[in-house]
Amino acid sequence: MTALNSYRSGPDEKGHFGKFGGRFVAETLMPLILDLEKHYTAAKADPAFKAEMDYFLNDYVGRPSPLYYAERMTDHLGGAKIYFKRDELNHTGAHKINNCIGQILLAKRMGKTRIIAETGAGQHGVATATVAARFGLPCVIYMGEIDIERQQPNVFRMKLLGAEVRAVKSGSRTLKDAMNEALRDWVTNVHDTFYIIGTAAGPHPYPMLVRDFQSIIGLEAKEQMIRKEGRLPDSLVACIGGGSNAIGLFHPFLDDPDVKIHAVEAAGEGLETEKHAASLAKGVPGVLHGNRTYLLQDEDGQITEAHSISAGLDYPGIGPEHAWLHDVGRVNYVSATDSEALEAFQLCSRLEGIIPALEPSHALAYVIKLAPTLPKDHLMIMNLCGRGDKDVFNVARALGVEL
Amino acid sequence: MSRIEKRFAALKTAGRAGLVTFITAGDPDHDTCARLLAQLPAAGADVIELGMPFSDPMADGPSIEAAGLRALANGASMKTTLKLVRDFRKQDDNTPIVLMGYFNPISAYGVDRFLADAKTAGVDGLIVVDLPPEEDDELCIPAVKAGIHFIRLATPTTDAARLPTVLQNTSGFLYYVSVAGTTGAAAADPVAVGKSVALIKQHTKIPVAVGFGIRDGQRAAAIAKVADAAVVGTALVERIAEAQMRKIDPAEHVLELVRELSAAVRGVAKAAA
Repeated sequence: MTALNSYRSGPDEKGHFGKFGGRFVAETLMPLILDLEKHYTAAKADPAFKAEMDYFLNDYVGRPSPLYYAERMTDHLGGAKIYFKRDELNHTGAHKINNCIGQILLAKRMGKTRIIAETGAGQHGVATATVAARFGLPCVIYMGEIDIERQQPNVFRMKLLGAEVRAVKSGSRTLKDAMNEALRDWVTNVHDTFYIIGTAAGPHPYPMLVRDFQSIIGLEAKEQMIRKEGRLPDSLVACIGGGSNAIGLFHPFLDDPDVKIHAVEAAGEGLETEKHAASLAKGVPGVLHGNRTYLLQDEDGQITEAHSISAGLDYPGIGPEHAWLHDVGRVNYVSATDSEALEAFQLCSRLEGIIPALEPSHALAYVIKLAPTLPKDHLMIMNLCGRGDKDVFNVARALGVEL
Repeated sequence: MSRIEKRFAALKTAGRAGLVTFITAGDPDHDTCARLLAQLPAAGADVIELGMPFSDPMADGPSIEAAGLRALANGASMKTTLKLVRDFRKQDDNTPIVLMGYFNPISAYGVDRFLADAKTAGVDGLIVVDLPPEEDDELCIPAVKAGIHFIRLATPTTDAARLPTVLQNTSGFLYYVSVAGTTGAAAADPVAVGKSVALIKQHTKIPVAVGFGIRDGQRAAAIAKVADAAVVGTALVERIAEAQMRKIDPAEHVLELVRELSAAVRGVAKAAA
């Protein structure tokens, strides 16, 4: 394959990253999606929008998040010098809020008065409920019944923030079904409702705008690394479900050819079983939730259920830009199992005094494999995109501990 | 002329609106569905919409979603859907059949192979909910080339500026979704529907069918007054679930409602062309 001039020029005007992406939505939604694109283009060119974003990101979210040298982890693994990009320190405890601030400011510009969102682990739901509270807009969060059960603390948080959490009982009762239900709500209430999509997927322009709002992670990390080490990192590692934290870290580095990039899918109980969420490793391209991307599906095109111990990675698809980066070979997509993630979760807690979320524990599981094979002057950034408070009950259960 | 064009021309001559009935292929099981399908024209269905089951029907309400899941649980697939059409055509060469659903099962089957097999089976048109005009290259253009109508949905959010985009490459008929929402949503006011249909008719000569919220004869008659056809889906599909619960024949239970709807639609006289 010939090298591209840039890996950062997508999507094209139809929302395509190579053959992926697009706008596969019902006609009812189409005018709204075109309107959203128009407003986003205008907002990007408006210094007042950027100033407002910056204000909320700094004073409300707490950015920039630190780039932290994980010294004990580095010593323990005995190879690459490991940095954590600490987006788990953001207000609400994960990277999700970066995007929510951007989208709710867009919603206001568009005159929308009601907010909806889907959530898997509950992090995006909490972040959405948070900004809805801050901007005084009513908010409905769709969440699969199974996810509600395994993420009780976040469900309660959303309710405290004034959101209505609607349990989704159809299909596999997880993230994909929550997204179906949110789309149904949207199509019904299209006149006043803004759908804050949490991951870098869905119909164009969502994958682009979520990526742009999350790119603050990579932009900061680049500047921070240059300040600390005087040069770019040698590698980046991030976990990937839909892929918003990963694309946020990766995007500003895509055109730096010496930076190796690794994304870690959830292998659940193993890629050789049927219980995983590795849409790139085991899926084929198809169309779901507004975009063409790699999907876990059977030969009849029916979507199959994903599985991961981490609710945030439990989705049978992946953002279209990742599908494209996979096909062109710019990013190396690997996977980590539930048990590898659990190991990493515990190791990070003990060595660094940081309890990571189960999602970035997948990234860390790969760091644990990769770092020892690399020289000590290799600079590695792992996106620590969420904290593990929400997961402690689940992890206790997985480890057989009664609380 | 295609079967769809012939049928709407005949309706115009007869001076009445048509009845379009939706059922899901393979619901509740293949054999019952085949039996139901075969009897729909005699019960008064002028056009048949056959749903292609999909695991994630995000534009459908709970009733049609449940119908798809029943069918899938009983082994339905794109192959068995096409077989239903093939078998139907052995004894009925006049009633138009429109396949309705989502793009992924078609994409998985392969667009070219799907169009060839659908044409051979006797499919006349396609309604694919998640393919707006912006994605016409995917299926619409190849379908039209293969001699299959691509029937588009217009909705209350389709304004005069967008309507020409929606109408481009649309043929057979236009399906006007009378409320913003999923299938099975509340009914729209027939007066408002009449106004919307009149607006659409300023832009096109193709027939306009109206669906969403039509559950009984009275409502079907009200829509028949203002549109070229009334589409009924959720109310029929719910009869299958109901029949299963009451342990009566689902096919007969559906046909009973189709007869009522058909009588109501036929009772509305319109100026013959």
